[in-house]
Amino acid sequence: MNDWLYFTEVALAGLGSGALLALTGLAFVLIYKATRVVNLAIGETLMLGAYLFFGFTSGLNMAVWLAVPLVLLCGGVYGAAIERAVIRRMLGSSALSVFMVTIGLGSILVGVVELVWGLEPHSLVNFMPEKPVFLGEIYVSSKTAVAFVVAALTIGLFLLVFRYWRGSLALRATATDPGAAYSCGVSVPKVYSLSWVVACMIAAGAGILVGAIGGISSAMGVFGLTVLSVVIMGGLDSILGVLLAALFVGLAESFAIAFLGGEFKLVTTFTLLLAMLLVRPHGLLGTAEIDRL
Amino acid sequence: MKVLTQRSAEPVLQARNLCLRFGGIEALANVSFSVEPGSITALIGPNGAGKTSLFNCVSGFYKPFSGEILFEGKDITRTPPPMRAKLGLARSFQNIALFRGMTVLENIKLGRHSHMRSNLLDGLFYWGRARKEEEALSAEIDDKIIGLLDIASIRDEPVANLPYGLRKRVELARALAMHPRVLLLDEPVAGMNREETEDIARFILKIRDEWELTVLMVEHDMGMVMDISDHVVVLSFGKVIAQGRPEDIQNNPEVISAYLGQDAAGQLALTAAQLEVV
Repeated sequence: MNDWLYFTEVALAGLGSGALLALTGLAFVLIYKATRVVNLAIGETLMLGAYLFFGFTSGLNMAVWLAVPLVLLCGGVYGAAIERAVIRRMLGSSALSVFMVTIGLGSILVGVVELVWGLEPHSLVNFMPEKPVFLGEIYVSSKTAVAFVVAALTIGLFLLVFRYWRGSLALRATATDPGAAYSCGVSVPKVYSLSWVVACMIAAGAGILVGAIGGISSAMGVFGLTVLSVVIMGGLDSILGVLLAALFVGLAESFAIAFLGGEFKLVTTFTLLLAMLLVRPHGLLGTAEIDRL
Repeated sequence: MKVLTQRSAEPVLQARNLCLRFGGIEALANVSFSVEPGSITALIGPNGAGKTSLFNCVSGFYKPFSGEILFEGKDITRTPPPMRAKLGLARSFQNIALFRGMTVLENIKLGRHSHMRSNLLDGLFYWGRARKEEEALSAEIDDKIIGLLDIASIRDEPVANLPYGLRKRVELARALAMHPRVLLLDEPVAGMNREETEDIARFILKIRDEWELTVLMVEHDMGMVMDISDHVVVLSFGKVIAQGRPEDIQNNPEVISAYLGQDAAGQLALTAAQLEVV
């Protein structure tokens, strides 16, 4: 009985971290869906969000309810600025060049954060309920529960939007053929801009959650790498695929930590990624490109 | 003839002294021509003559170095493509630019994007209105476009599965969904066999008459150009070397010797002979 209890608790913790992976993965997918760019700076954007939250609450003593929307706003403004100033200039150059630019962006963000807030890790003010949640006898840390709920709501919203919103057709059109979409009256620059704004808002918001659970440091952007492997497993352009992959990886990591030890966490993730790439190179639900010769 | 009855009207589309340069290459040099409302105007010329460059200027993908483009008397030289779509200029592409992974109907619907009242964000907030508009749009497409172009049987197929000729037709349908006043067709029958070419030619004539629009097309198929166009503009090395009625172009010695060359001249003569037989 106790074993079963422990097993369930580990599983729930896994689902919690899976939800965070999925939430951040959403940011990757949005940008990829619209612009066919893999934005490697998502992890660092997440870090920026966490540090901004830290600055607003601990530095400026702002109330949490004010700091959260402010962080989201800053994330959005940051996304818009980067898209307008850097990414749009790269329009038409190869996806690889843009990818490299996002790596550079990531390093710059790390540098800026280290300059402003220093090298040592911090912990965020505790704004979540202290008391753990009990589902029957099963213990769930309240932070994990909050993270799970927030992530689930956000992802649910986006799934709905992409299912029913006309604009999602414009977004898909932009992704497959920007030129044709442009001539059909789709305002391609607006679509690009919107996807960057929303994705960076999500990443910044996810940063608050990730920081609240594990503390913040300038190296927390590495989380983005795990998310990237989740996104690749899910299939880059499929929100649902990324959700499934994220929950799966979250569970696998959680079990690896519980039964094999913490050092096996990343090994597990990347082994799964490798296996997926061998079996289904386009991911769980990604679009397999079939080229006519 | 339709064109003759509308001669008095001002040209629907006009290019004035267009110049376009890529580095040291002069792609367009002082190109001027006009397109009469209700006409089918063909733009011909050997490969590299600048036809597609000219097309890209008209549809807004290239900004000419100097000169201007007038649409219904308004200067649109600096208007971005989505705005031109809204004004009533729709184009098709030389190498089919359909949205893969979408169905035929979805592709055609996208043509209407710029005209939908519920645009990007609206759709999120006004479910009812957006849905009603969506249904009206599908009905209209079924009614007016799909029937006309004879593509009812593939309406819900993903475009990726379609053979070349049908994809060209879907692209034409998408351009029609934009409710254009001028339809810009970049090589509508490239790579098609005789039968498919005749189908498309028939569609273009039918569209022009039923939708009362103007067609400007780039085309290599001389038979088709001479068959259906009212006005032909000949481009060579970025310059307009002749323009006029197809008969005149066919017999224009400058066009034949200076630009078409001996072989092509032979082909033209053959086409003319065929025409007389028919």
